[in-house]
Amino acid sequence: MAVKSKKKRFGINFVIHLVLIILAVICLAPILLVLINSFKTNVEIVSNPLSRPRVLHLENYIQAWKTGNFSTGFINSIKLTGCTVIIVLITSSLAGYVLSGKRIKGSGVILMYFMMAMTVPIQLFLFPLYYAYAKLNLIGNIFATSFILAALYMPLSVFLMRTFFLNVPKELEESARIDGAGTAQVIWHIMRPVVSPGLITVAILIGLQSWNEYLISSTFLQGAKNFTATLGFLAMNGSYGSDMGVMMAAAFTLIGPIIVFFLCTQRYFVDGLVSGAVKG
Amino acid sequence: MKKRKINWNYFLIAPSLLISVSIILIPGIMTFAYSFTDWNGLSPNIHFVGFQNFIELFHDKIFYKAIQNNIIWTVLFLTIPVCIGMLAAMLLLTRKKTRSIYQVGFLIPYVLAPSVNAMLWLNVVFSPVSGVLSVFRNMGFDVSSPLADMKTAIYGCAAVDIWHYWSYLTVIYLAALRQVPTDQVEAARLDGCNGWQLFRYIYLPNIMSTVSLMFVMITIGSFLAFDYIKLMTGGGPAHATEVLGTYAYSFAFDSMKIGKAAAVGLFISFFGLIASFAYTKISSKEEME
Repeated sequence: MAVKSKKKRFGINFVIHLVLIILAVICLAPILLVLINSFKTNVEIVSNPLSRPRVLHLENYIQAWKTGNFSTGFINSIKLTGCTVIIVLITSSLAGYVLSGKRIKGSGVILMYFMMAMTVPIQLFLFPLYYAYAKLNLIGNIFATSFILAALYMPLSVFLMRTFFLNVPKELEESARIDGAGTAQVIWHIMRPVVSPGLITVAILIGLQSWNEYLISSTFLQGAKNFTATLGFLAMNGSYGSDMGVMMAAAFTLIGPIIVFFLCTQRYFVDGLVSGAVKG
Repeated sequence: MKKRKINWNYFLIAPSLLISVSIILIPGIMTFAYSFTDWNGLSPNIHFVGFQNFIELFHDKIFYKAIQNNIIWTVLFLTIPVCIGMLAAMLLLTRKKTRSIYQVGFLIPYVLAPSVNAMLWLNVVFSPVSGVLSVFRNMGFDVSSPLADMKTAIYGCAAVDIWHYWSYLTVIYLAALRQVPTDQVEAARLDGCNGWQLFRYIYLPNIMSTVSLMFVMITIGSFLAFDYIKLMTGGGPAHATEVLGTYAYSFAFDSMKIGKAAAVGLFISFFGLIASFAYTKISSKEEME
């Protein structure tokens, strides 16, 4: 009897792992194919995309870096992401502090407003905003575009930061107030160290999202010198789509750094995803 | 003494509100106003045309096609990723040691940029020249890209978006499942519940609020669908994959009909608004508990 149930348990475990491995393969196989094909010549890819590369064609990567204009692209991506993250961190942590607890009149209305703003479609504000930016000559301006991304991601960040501030024990702030600390001192000396994991979570979540963003950046960042890395890659697909080896190398140039970044920060990333959606 | 006491909190919330209002709220109101005009984005003359834009839309076959595609998209997303996500979450729940490794593997498509994912599928899988499809073609099967066929193109786009999206649901469901009280699970086990009964009567009722919140989020997201369709088919072939998002975009930037684009934008927002009311209801109810 005991032997039988042991066998049964082994069978169940086997099936569970099998299903999970199949799912993982579905997720990762296309990415692996990109990696393999990035070392092959176009002729090799066309004759059989699944074959192993015979010689590692690293020149694909050099060619991709040049045609994708990635030295400009990566700097622009870093600028756009950096500006967005800094704007979001400063504004949403201050707002999150104010909205945790009843510090001002109308905080309920503001919370409601942010909740609506979180679910608003981009197409509701995109078109007037585009023509306003065009009139102000801001199309192609990375700094100005980062404000749009910041506004887009702000509601979620405000809610996340608010949750982190709500978890700070009230006594901590009260005792500091009794000792005569002002609001600025409370925020900088008492709150900042306690909520800094929250700041990291928000920074990683928003950082990845703005790095990957497509609709806003492709609309507002026109002109090749303003392209982010992903936009440079897309432009390449239009003009250079014939050499698949180079295309795959370009794709992996974009995929590689993101995967490394994700592997290093996945704990914070998962935390951010979960605390945005699961309460408790 | 009393006069000097300023509530600094108003200054602290001002920057975020200022940015949000000037980028989302005011242009949002302008969109509402533009939807009643014939503005083309360039000319200084704007004419008030009343409900003309809306009436034209309601006589527009492509507009109905777009709505239909949005509904197909919603149905697909409410079923396939929800089921796969839940299955994977339940399976991961039993794996204590290998859980986080699997989770990281699953999440990798989710953290990659849509533009990269779309190009990757176009060139590596769907392409009849350089993709997995070409392998089948070389073997003699007559398969063509699902994106080239008017009937299947929308499913091809959805497949890629689902591939990218489902692991997010797994992560959320798993986090909710882990909060289910273990004594309830143990008690049910002792009573002889099998796996399905355990899920149906213990786990599912406990995580229902998260599940319904995700339902609302998926519905909202499906009406906003844009990235993958724009990147993979651009709404084609012959408007077969047009959704409201891409249709509004092409009005605004291809045919320069801002009024009409605004009208479609409002229409999307209308669906979004219903869903976000539901969302607000659910999450405020949760906060009360």
